[in-house]
Amino acid sequence: MTHGTHSTAAAEHHRDPEGAKIGMWLFLFTEMLLFGGLFLLYSAYRARYPLDFDNGGKSLNHVIGVANTVVLLTSSLTVALSIVAVQRDQRKRALGLLGATIVLGIVFLFNKYMEWSAEIHHGIYPGSPVLAEHPKGEIIFFGLYFTMTGLHGLHVIVGLIVLGILWALVKKGSIHKDDFTKLECGGLYWHLVDVIWIFLLPLFYLAA
Amino acid sequence: METSEAHVHIVPNGTFIKVWGILLALTAVLVFLSEWQHELLSVWAMLIITPIKAGLVLWYFMHLKYESTLLKGMLFIALGSLIIFIGLMFLDVSFR
Repeated sequence: MTHGTHSTAAAEHHRDPEGAKIGMWLFLFTEMLLFGGLFLLYSAYRARYPLDFDNGGKSLNHVIGVANTVVLLTSSLTVALSIVAVQRDQRKRALGLLGATIVLGIVFLFNKYMEWSAEIHHGIYPGSPVLAEHPKGEIIFFGLYFTMTGLHGLHVIVGLIVLGILWALVKKGSIHKDDFTKLECGGLYWHLVDVIWIFLLPLFYLAA
Repeated sequence: METSEAHVHIVPNGTFIKVWGILLALTAVLVFLSEWQHELLSVWAMLIITPIKAGLVLWYFMHLKYESTLLKGMLFIALGSLIIFIGLMFLDVSFR
């Protein structure tokens, strides 16, 4: 094997943005199929218990569901804009936008916490004696609701940790206008969390 | 502008803001139809508008528009498989 000056220079700064992004997308496919399986389960049971699913959906807090949609859509915008800011070498702006994304993610989780607390307070949680009195389809509806929004919430928490690390890397200067693949991959993850919520909104909150 | 990331494509801020506005508007339509309680219309709106919203996020926010055919094809295969599974499941459920 020959080592030209080019290959030595390449070895020193070996980066493969295209490969990194394909790797990230492959991981996102597994996430899509994970949630896809749950959507499948939801559809099958909804087809079997349409009325119970309707009643379940009616008892959820629609205002929080819609508010959280606006919060997540806006956070997707801020993370997309933060990448543009890094590409244009506007570090302060990028940090501000990433910070805004993190704050919006925390607002989402806070709303989720308020929503779940109210439901648990009313005795609606998996395996609760109050829920056991409900029709079978409603028990399944709430089981799916807590599983799917819970798994999604877990993804929001992971996304926030990732965004926090990215914020620090932008601050440190290791993510800059010539090397921002990490930020792009983190952004892709955050957008996917948003895409999943786009489907969860009509399935649980609006389909009553 | 010389950058080491040759593939770089800077999307104007305005594009993202426009897409965000459309996403909010589509959400408003969904919520309006669902509160209005016109069952058939709101179910169809959900089935059509929700994938459009997801598509907008994938296409613009997730930069799919500017990615290689390879990546688009990979996503197509992944989502296509999922849609086939959903179809097969409904075939099973509806003829029981």
